[in-house]
Amino acid sequence: MRLTFTVNGRKQQADDVWEGESLLYVLRERMGLPGSKNACEQGECGSCTVRLDGVPVCACLVAAGQAQDREVVTVEGLADFARQRDHGGCAAEGHGISLDDAKRWRSKPGENAQLSPIQRAFIDAGAVQCGFCTPGLLVAADELLERNSSPSDEDIREALSGNLCRCTGYEKILDAVRLAAARSEEAV
Amino acid sequence: MDFLRPASWEEALAAKAEHPTAVPIAGGTDVMVEINFDHRRPDALLDLNRIGELREWEVGEETVRLGACVPYTRIIESLRAELPGLALAAHTVGSPQIRNRGSVGGNLGAASPAGDSHPALLAAGAEVEAVSVRGTRMIPVEEFYTGVKRNCLEPDELIRAVHIKKADGPQQFSKVGTRNAMVIAVCAFGIALHPGTRTVRTGIGSAAPTPIRATAAEEFLNSALAEAGLWDSGQIIPPAVARQFAELVSGAANPIDDVRGSAAYRRHALGVMARRTLGWAWEEYRGNERSARCA
Ligand SMILES: Cc1cc2nc3c(=O)[nH]c(=O)nc-3n(C[C@H](O)[C@H](O)[C@H](O)COP(=O)(O)OP(=O)(O)OC[C@H]3O[C@@H](n4cnc5c(N)ncnc54)[C@H](O)[C@@H]3O)c2cc1C
Ligand code: FES
Ligand code: FES
Repeated sequence: MRLTFTVNGRKQQADDVWEGESLLYVLRERMGLPGSKNACEQGECGSCTVRLDGVPVCACLVAAGQAQDREVVTVEGLADFARQRDHGGCAAEGHGISLDDAKRWRSKPGENAQLSPIQRAFIDAGAVQCGFCTPGLLVAADELLERNSSPSDEDIREALSGNLCRCTGYEKILDAVRLAAARSEEAV
Repeated sequence: MDFLRPASWEEALAAKAEHPTAVPIAGGTDVMVEINFDHRRPDALLDLNRIGELREWEVGEETVRLGACVPYTRIIESLRAELPGLALAAHTVGSPQIRNRGSVGGNLGAASPAGDSHPALLAAGAEVEAVSVRGTRMIPVEEFYTGVKRNCLEPDELIRAVHIKKADGPQQFSKVGTRNAMVIAVCAFGIALHPGTRTVRTGIGSAAPTPIRATAAEEFLNSALAEAGLWDSGQIIPPAVARQFAELVSGAANPIDDVRGSAAYRRHALGVMARRTLGWAWEEYRGNERSARCA
C-alpha cells in the first residue's frame, strides 16, 4: 500500500508498504532515517520513540497505515521542531527538514544552531555513552520539557520510565534534563 | 494482508461484518508485538484510529461511557474523580509511551488475565457495549472473559465503549511486579467500596485463567460490615475481619506457577494486597464520613 504522511515537517510518501509493517520500519528502511533505533520491537525499550501528532509513542508499535495523513517527528527533526516551537512555530510550507538533510545530519560540536536545547544538554552533561538509547530519550525528554518546564526528579523519572539505557546508569541523563530545564528558565 | 481504514463507526461495523477475521487494531500495543514477532499474521487489520467517537467519553448520572480507544493517559488525566480505581490501574500500565496508545478496549480485546484494567472494572462494576451490524449487546464485564486471552465477542462484533459505574466511594488498586514501570502483573487486586448499596466489590488479576471477582470474600465482608454497623459508625474494621477477608481473596484465586511467580506466592501476595487495599479504602471512607459529619 502507499503511505503519505508528514515527517519532520515535510510531506513524504512511501510505496509498497506491507500492511503489517511498523512505522519504525518505514522510517528506517523506507525513508532512510535510522535515528529512531530498533532494539526490541515490543515497546519495552523506548529507543524507537517518536512524536505522532505530538504524542510520544513507540514507533515499533504503530502500524504504518495508522500514520497515514499524520505528523511524525523523529530525532532527526528534533532541532528544527524545537526551533519552530521557540520561535512561535509558523509551520508554513518550506519549513521542516528534507530527507536528504535529515540523512546528512551530524551533531557538530560548537554549532549550537544545529542542536535542540535538550541535545545540547545531553552532550554537556555527558549523558551519552554508546548512544543507542539517546534518540528515544531525547524525543521523550523534549516532550516532557514542552509540557513541564521545571519538572521534579520524580516527573523526570516517570517521563523517561519507558526508555532503557544499558550504559549510563541514568544519573547523567537526569542531569541533562535538569540542565536543559535550568537553562530554559535562565533564558526566560 | 489488507489494511482496512474505516472513517466512521458504521463503516467499521460493515467492514467487520464483511471481514470477520480482520483483527481490529487500536493502540496496537498488543497487536503489533504479535505481528512484529510473527506470532500472528492476520488476513486483514481493521484500524480504529480514524473513528473519533471511540476516543471520547461521556460522564452520565451513574456511569461513564468510556470510548473503546480512549488511551490510558486520558483516563489518568481526566477521569480520576469518576473512575479512581481504573485511573490507578491505568497509571501502572507499561510506560508513558504505552499509556499514550493503549486502551481499555484493547485490554478487553486481548483479555489477558494479567490486563490491569480488569480488576478495576470488576470492582467498580462495568458493562461492555459490544456492537455489530446486527445490533448492540450490553455484557456485564464478569461474563465477558471466557478463558485465557479469550472473550465472548462474536466475529462480527466490535467494542464500542465500556460503561463503568461512577465511584460512589473509595477505590484502590494494587499490583505486584518486579519494578514500578513496564511490568506485567505477577498478580493484581482492585477493590471498590459502594456506600450507596453498602457493598464491597473486588477484582483479581493474573491469578486465574480469567480476571475474577472474589465473591465469597465480598459476601463475607458485606455481612461483617453490616452486622457490626460499621458503615454507620465509621469505626475501624476489626483485624480478624480483615484477615478473614484476605484469606477468602487468596482462596478465590486459582493461580499457576510461571516465570513471573509461583502459585503459592501469588496466593500470599493477593491476601496481603486485599488486606492493605481494604485498609486504605476504609480509612478514606472513614475520613469522608467524619468530614461529612462535621460539615
Ligand atoms: C511494553 C508493554 C508494556 C505493557 N504493559 C502492560 C501493563 O502493565 N498492563 C496491561 O494491562 N497491559 C500492558 N501491556 C499490554 C497492552 O498495552 C494493553 O493490553 C493495552 O490495553 C492494549 O490496548 P491497545 O489499544 O494497544 O490494543 P491493541 O493492541 O490495538 O488491541 C488488543 C486486542 O484487542 C482487540 N481490540 C482492540 N480494540 C478493539 C475493539 N474496539 N473492539 C474489539 N476488539 C478490539 C484487538 O484486535 C487485539 O486483539 C503492555 C504492552 C507493551 C507492549
Ligand atoms: S524498539 Fe520500539 S520500544 Fe524497543
Ligand atoms: S548510552 Fe548506551 S544504552 Fe544508553
